Amino acid sequence: MAFHPRPPSRALAPCGCGAAHASGFACDAAPADGTGAFGEVAQEAVLRAAFPQAATRRALINALGTGTLFAALDSVFPLARAREALAQGGGAPEKRDLKIGFIPITCATPIIMADPMGFYKRNGLNVEVIRTAGWAVIRDKSIAREYDAAHMLSPMPVAMSLGVGVAQPVPWAVAAIENTNGQAITLANKHKEKRDPKDWKGFRFAVPFDFSMHNYLLRAYVAEAGLDPDRDIQIRAVPPPEMVANLRADNIDGFLGPDPFNQRAVFDGIGFIHVLTKEFWDGHPCCAFAVPRGMMTETPNTFAALMRSIVEATAYASKAENRREVAQAIAGQNYLNQPPTVVEQVLTGTFADGLGRVQRVPDRINFDPFPWHSMAVWILTQMKRWGQIRGDVDYAGVAQQVFLATDAAKAMRDLGLEVPASASRTHRIFGRDFDPAQPEAYLNSFAIRRS
Amino acid sequence: MSASVPFWRSAGLSLLILSIFLGAWEIAVMPKAGGGGAALDPEYAALLGQAAAQGGTTPMPGPSAIGKRLLELLADPFYVRGPNDQGIGVQIAYSLLRVGAGFGLAAIVAIPLGFVIGMSPLLNAAFNPFIQVLRPVSPLAWMPLALYSIKDSAISAVFVIFICSIWPMLLNTAFGVASVRREWLNVARTLEAGRWRTAIRVILPAAAPTIVTGMRISIGIAWLVIVAAEMLVGGTGIGYWVWNQWNNLSIADIVIAILMIGLVGLALDRLLGLGARAVAWRE
Repeated sequence: MAFHPRPPSRALAPCGCGAAHASGFACDAAPADGTGAFGEVAQEAVLRAAFPQAATRRALINALGTGTLFAALDSVFPLARAREALAQGGGAPEKRDLKIGFIPITCATPIIMADPMGFYKRNGLNVEVIRTAGWAVIRDKSIAREYDAAHMLSPMPVAMSLGVGVAQPVPWAVAAIENTNGQAITLANKHKEKRDPKDWKGFRFAVPFDFSMHNYLLRAYVAEAGLDPDRDIQIRAVPPPEMVANLRADNIDGFLGPDPFNQRAVFDGIGFIHVLTKEFWDGHPCCAFAVPRGMMTETPNTFAALMRSIVEATAYASKAENRREVAQAIAGQNYLNQPPTVVEQVLTGTFADGLGRVQRVPDRINFDPFPWHSMAVWILTQMKRWGQIRGDVDYAGVAQQVFLATDAAKAMRDLGLEVPASASRTHRIFGRDFDPAQPEAYLNSFAIRRS
Repeated sequence: MSASVPFWRSAGLSLLILSIFLGAWEIAVMPKAGGGGAALDPEYAALLGQAAAQGGTTPMPGPSAIGKRLLELLADPFYVRGPNDQGIGVQIAYSLLRVGAGFGLAAIVAIPLGFVIGMSPLLNAAFNPFIQVLRPVSPLAWMPLALYSIKDSAISAVFVIFICSIWPMLLNTAFGVASVRREWLNVARTLEAGRWRTAIRVILPAAAPTIVTGMRISIGIAWLVIVAAEMLVGGTGIGYWVWNQWNNLSIADIVIAILMIGLVGLALDRLLGLGARAVAWRE
């Protein structure tokens, strides 16, 4: 064949940026103006479409030369646009009709709002967001591939990939962090005097799921106060909506749960917000946008379009001035099904705390899609700390496999967002520095632990 | 006994009981006047629910509030606004569809199988231990197993209905077939009717009332179970609707759902009651 701008044997680098480079974190994106490899592919595709007969194509190229031919084609077909579209988008999605499951909590904000506010549509996807009854159901429907992607608690894909809590390892990954902060400990109104966790011996608490940041943060919090979370208090896994009902019925003394249910307890006069989890670890991850790990290779364009939608929505939700609009978009029957004022208080951070004060905490919940590997490492230390996993853990390896920092970084860079130079950093958690390079030392520094 | 009581008297008593119950309910949930005199910061109060702003907790809704909501729901029962927001009529239709599918499949399996078991004492004894062990298992206990092996939540829900409605039909069919009068079978034999002809013309009509009773029990159980199954699986259906309104802590909607579930269950039972009357016979 005379005309072949790109040798077919040259495989694209795994990050999908189109440039040839070693696989690894630091990836220089293909030029977005379309002069790189993608641009050539676009040109060839247009040429083939215009002149489907190989013989005609060859004759034309020989007679006119490629430059003249493309100039002529450009006058009838916006080649520059096509080149750019391909360089930025990586082509049309292989699968347009997608189902994404979510749990009706404010953590799911980017996944939900992308539907009514048109972020999926803009990226060429036809997404149905489906409200789901609980985390175990989300997990089972995801494993059965009824959902193409799902809203999960960030430790869930870690546990699923390790084969913990499921029959066999299921390779799912965290493509983006849905939200940071945004959780709280809510106590029943009768405990207004017991604000010190040292007084909580015998309390019954609810968390949404065993493999949740809520569980790990509550355990770490009471352990900081010297209570053993397995012996001195009771922790039950309770679906979030039932938390408020149980608190009202005096079945539990409090819960560390997702919003809007903390705020809902205040709204209904049942409980008060004891502390926001932001105080434990400012910027901690909570929920994740999870995809099957095979999605990147099976349907790379769909994956890229999905990532763009989610990152765009997350970026939009992170701006304080948009929060009120987002709250209105997601509070309705089709999504969260909550009173709009409750959702608004959560997202704007101007809220009644149940103790008679109006608090103003703009970053009560925040949205930052970047899945730090160091977050996964912390999750692994806690899974091991409380005996969910045993033995040697390949912290860095699991983190790299499950938290897709490279792909999130690419989507963020395409949108012009700032991308961290490394996927690992030191976090400040419960007033101490957590060094992700020293997970075992961190783990061994705790007096209260199961392993 | 009941024939001697005129209808208007029993109906009048029913109405009286209902109005006393509803009246007591309405009074019990009325907001206490003057309660919560503590003056709250108006900005703070604006962020709370109506009752919490007065220092109380959101009360149980009264019958009048529920009635108002019921009219709202019934004004437009069949709307569909996206996958998570559909009218109560649509939800009930989904549940009926699931029950119909599971129950229908169970009937297709249970009635022929019951016939075979009823006609053969050997098979009866052989199948009996399995039936006795599986019958008392709560249908919802099958749910995780179904989700795990079928890997499809919609089919799993139908399977759970299937497994819970199969046993009463199977046992009743087997019992009905086994207890057909000896004389009738003997008469059929002297008339040289074949096995197949005997089954259709003699055994089936004779056992029909027992079989329909089994079906009537089954549909009652299936309707009980669908609500719980849909709460677990989610998506659509009246059970999911209950879960969803619980999510919003909307007690009024839940009370309405209970009423609807009761009425539909009654209708299903009456339907098979008509079937039972059609196949009844007297000596």
